[in-house]
Amino acid sequence: MIQFDNVSMRYDTGHEALKRVSLTINKNEMAFLTGHSGAGKSTLLKLIMLMERPTNGQVIVNGRNLKSIARREIAYHRRQVGVVFQNHQLLFDRSVFDNVALPLVIAGHQPREIGRRVRAALDKVGLLEKEKHNPITLSGGQQQRVGIARAVVNKPSILLADEPTGNLDPQLSTEIMQLFEQFNQVGVTVLLASHDLSLIARLQHRMLTLRDGQLIEAMR
Amino acid sequence: MVEIRRPKQSAGERHTTRREQQGASQSKTTLLGRLRSWLMHNRQVAGESLQRLLMTPMASMMTWLVIGIALALPMGLYVALGNVEMLSRGWDGAAQISLFLRFEVTEAEGRQLTKKLALRADVQSAQYVSRREALEEFQSLSGFAEVLGNLDENPLPALVIVRPQDSDATADITEQLLQDLRKMPDVELAQLDLEWVQRLYAMMRLGRHMVMALASLLALGVLLVIGNTIRLAIENRRDEILVIKLVGGTDAFVRRPFLYTGMWFGLGGAITAWLIILLSLFWLSAPVAELAGLYDSQFALRGPGIVDTLGLWITGAILGLLGAGLAVNRHLDAIEPQ
Ligand SMILES: Nc1ncnc2c1ncn2[C@@H]1O[C@H](COP(=O)(O)OP(=O)(O)O)[C@@H](O)[C@H]1O
Ligand SMILES: [Mg+2]
Repeated sequence: MIQFDNVSMRYDTGHEALKRVSLTINKNEMAFLTGHSGAGKSTLLKLIMLMERPTNGQVIVNGRNLKSIARREIAYHRRQVGVVFQNHQLLFDRSVFDNVALPLVIAGHQPREIGRRVRAALDKVGLLEKEKHNPITLSGGQQQRVGIARAVVNKPSILLADEPTGNLDPQLSTEIMQLFEQFNQVGVTVLLASHDLSLIARLQHRMLTLRDGQLIEAMR
Repeated sequence: MVEIRRPKQSAGERHTTRREQQGASQSKTTLLGRLRSWLMHNRQVAGESLQRLLMTPMASMMTWLVIGIALALPMGLYVALGNVEMLSRGWDGAAQISLFLRFEVTEAEGRQLTKKLALRADVQSAQYVSRREALEEFQSLSGFAEVLGNLDENPLPALVIVRPQDSDATADITEQLLQDLRKMPDVELAQLDLEWVQRLYAMMRLGRHMVMALASLLALGVLLVIGNTIRLAIENRRDEILVIKLVGGTDAFVRRPFLYTGMWFGLGGAITAWLIILLSLFWLSAPVAELAGLYDSQFALRGPGIVDTLGLWITGAILGLLGAGLAVNRHLDAIEPQ
């Protein structure tokens, strides 16, 4: 489902954030990406989202080599990949509903369909009753769940998360993790970057560890 | 409404997530449905863009006023030219010769001469204006009534106003007639009142060129004003643009609200320009009617017609779209999620 072949990534500054990384994440798998701050976790996720292009090697997502995706096709590629970020990137000029609806509006769905899917997604993250609220009135954990609802509302086959629990206390973090596991159980491939080892070590998923841009461990 | 739905998928197919997605999106969104939601989305974005402008009424009003004034200048000049053209339409054949008679010529002789002139083949009509009539007319038109009333003697000569016959081939025939008239012994001075009509036409041609030059210059100004306003709007909505790009918004999707915003700025500016012109015409109509009355004319100012009005509005909207397009092309690509 996600495959990296000898991928290196050098930023314009000259810093090599990834060095010859090779990995495979299978369909329906849930995997953790760990490593110290600055190890290259976010960079790896950005390559999958085509927010950056590798300097070397190739990235294959859903059987498609990302090299072959032209600039104006990037948008369509991103619709197949849901993303959740630490700074949840919600828009505070509109309601929770409208935030979650955005990917569907972009994809050109009809209003009835949008309403149905947004409510289903909000229901899954337990925030159905907040649909009319402005996300700024929600707690950090709730905002993160709105971000997750937005990431899954378009039923992407892949879900990426970059430090999704970074700002949350352990209790909330565990709940968020359970949410990702639920999506994984219904067939979504999940790749989750986190430096919080204590949190992910307890969960039974493959761990990919980066150190200074190199993949040092790929173990179960 | 025809809805083409794909048949329900088999249970086996449903297990594969990828297929499920594609199947779902194909069966639920037919081509027609897609077009419909695209149109609906456009209408919605257009409405939202307008609402956004109305939410900051002062700032929007200022922009509309700036654009309005810029468009009102060439459009106003154009309307004025149209009025002058209409006023002068009857003047093509209006070349007339004023024949000032010598003081010694008596009124009877003058009237006799007028009759004779009127019979000429190259003369359409001839009208005698006695010295007294000339004075009265001059008094009523000039406002020098009292000054003239104080004079012991009427300083004005009698005159015959001669209209040449053929209005199409004016120049030659009139010239010949003028030569003949000048040779007459009773005539002190024969003056052709055509030159100023020709001058007027030359000036109107110049005016039309000026309208074009002014319009292009100010259109450029409008483009820049709208471009700059849209640049600020893009800057203000940076976060939103990033999120949209991140969740798979195409360039067209990102551009659309800004293009509509530009269109509203342009259209609003054009309507403002139109209102400015209507107001000015209204303000001028009373004095113009008074002036026309003095010349026994039914002339009244004419505003921009339907075609010109629509043309102005459409031009404004297109300028807005173009200005926004320029700004969007320059600034949107720079905003990419990092
Ligand atoms: N846009 C960028 N330009 C230059 N260097 C960057 C950029 N983004 C990240 N880096 C560098 O690349 C390295 C890896 O960063 P990142 O992928 O964000 O690590 P992590 O997510 O594991 O903390 C860091 O040293 C960071 O400073
Ligand atoms: Mg990071």
